[in-house]
Amino acid sequence: MSAFAVDLPVVWFTLRVAALAVLLLAPFGLALALLLARRRFPGKALLETLVSLPLVLPPVATGLLLLKFLGRRGPGGRAAQALFGMDVVFTWKAVVVAMMVMSLPLLVRTARVAFEEVNPRLEAVARTLGASEARVLSTVTLPLASRGIAAGLLLAFARALGEFGATILVAGNIPGRTTTIATAIYNDVQTGLDGRAYGLLAVSAALAFGAIFLSEVWLKRRTNA
Amino acid sequence: MTLSLEGLRLPLTPFALELDATLSAHVTAVFGPSGAGKTSLLEAVAGLRHPERGRIVLSGRVLDDAARGVRVPPRQRAVGYVTQDDSLFPHLSVAGNLRYGAGRGLAERPALAEDRVVDVLGLSLLLDRRPSTLSGGERRRVALGRALLSAPEILLLDEPLSGLDRVLKDRVLEHLLKVKAAFPLPILYVTHEAAEVVALADEVVILESGRVAALGPPGEIFQGVAHVSSA
Repeated sequence: MSAFAVDLPVVWFTLRVAALAVLLLAPFGLALALLLARRRFPGKALLETLVSLPLVLPPVATGLLLLKFLGRRGPGGRAAQALFGMDVVFTWKAVVVAMMVMSLPLLVRTARVAFEEVNPRLEAVARTLGASEARVLSTVTLPLASRGIAAGLLLAFARALGEFGATILVAGNIPGRTTTIATAIYNDVQTGLDGRAYGLLAVSAALAFGAIFLSEVWLKRRTNA
Repeated sequence: MTLSLEGLRLPLTPFALELDATLSAHVTAVFGPSGAGKTSLLEAVAGLRHPERGRIVLSGRVLDDAARGVRVPPRQRAVGYVTQDDSLFPHLSVAGNLRYGAGRGLAERPALAEDRVVDVLGLSLLLDRRPSTLSGGERRRVALGRALLSAPEILLLDEPLSGLDRVLKDRVLEHLLKVKAAFPLPILYVTHEAAEVVALADEVVILESGRVAALGPPGEIFQGVAHVSSA
């Protein structure tokens, strides 16, 4: 058995791509959560189902879909090639995309509940006081939903940190390029580097514990205390 | 100021609100049992609900015209709407609440001075407090001040004394009388308490199941209505 060690470059890489994934996901995910919380429209149930699908679909299956979509011959892959001249699959960008897709349901579901808890009456009164829709959103809706939004972002981040199944299909497991904490643990165990695997296990347990604990605290504290 | 409700029809359950009335008193009370459509009428004037038929015209300004598809959005109506639950913003201080709609300052109607509103409503010691630390009466006064400071052309008050105990009721009523005396702003005042109508209103509309049962000065109306006390 190898000595206990923490593979810091892998930890650092994982933290960076997970943070980027959540940052890129946030505007889209929050808009989606607001849409689902506040509007009725045809096809809403279908959209809700699609959003939650990554929660229950085998992550590897989601990864396969992403691989087909983002590959050289897939529509996403072609678009990335045409617009930015870049490949996505088997690069760190694919890690980001896999993390975004897998974290989406957690962010949308948590933020949606937070938006639903904002009394629509307060938004209506803000409008009668002369506020535009943008001002209602930035001064009433978002501040009142802020704890739930923060909790949702944190949960999404925690989910992204642990992403394995989709990542390994669409980004591979290329040491120094696409290997994350989760895929590194797999590598280390496969190659008998147990000490390194335990080091990453300790780090991911600490990160996950911190994220869940903080999000629980945020969700339970009332905004208007 | 004149508020004209012309052939207005608002579908509610289980009936429809159907009104044809011109209101031009300083304080007009809308009086009736709960479920008569009083709050829906305020919401229609505030633009939070839209009539299926008819027009709402405030001092010559068409706010709603169902036939022509006119629907002025709430933020452009210049109405100071105080809801029954006061709807204070819980994350803002009293001062933050008061100033939320201030500065809208429609060109033709300069905003009221904050000092004066704070003074008339006795809010000067509350400015830094959070709504959750206020009493029921204080909350009503803050909501009233917030509506006043948004430079409205009409105040819409939905049962501003409901849910308060007798002492607080009297205190808020005193402040309402002060507001009436200090600002020439027309007020549409929804209530189901005859005593409030008599104390405050110059004219009263009696609503029953969505229709105007009577309209006139409170003194005359209440003499002719036998079942006032049961409302």
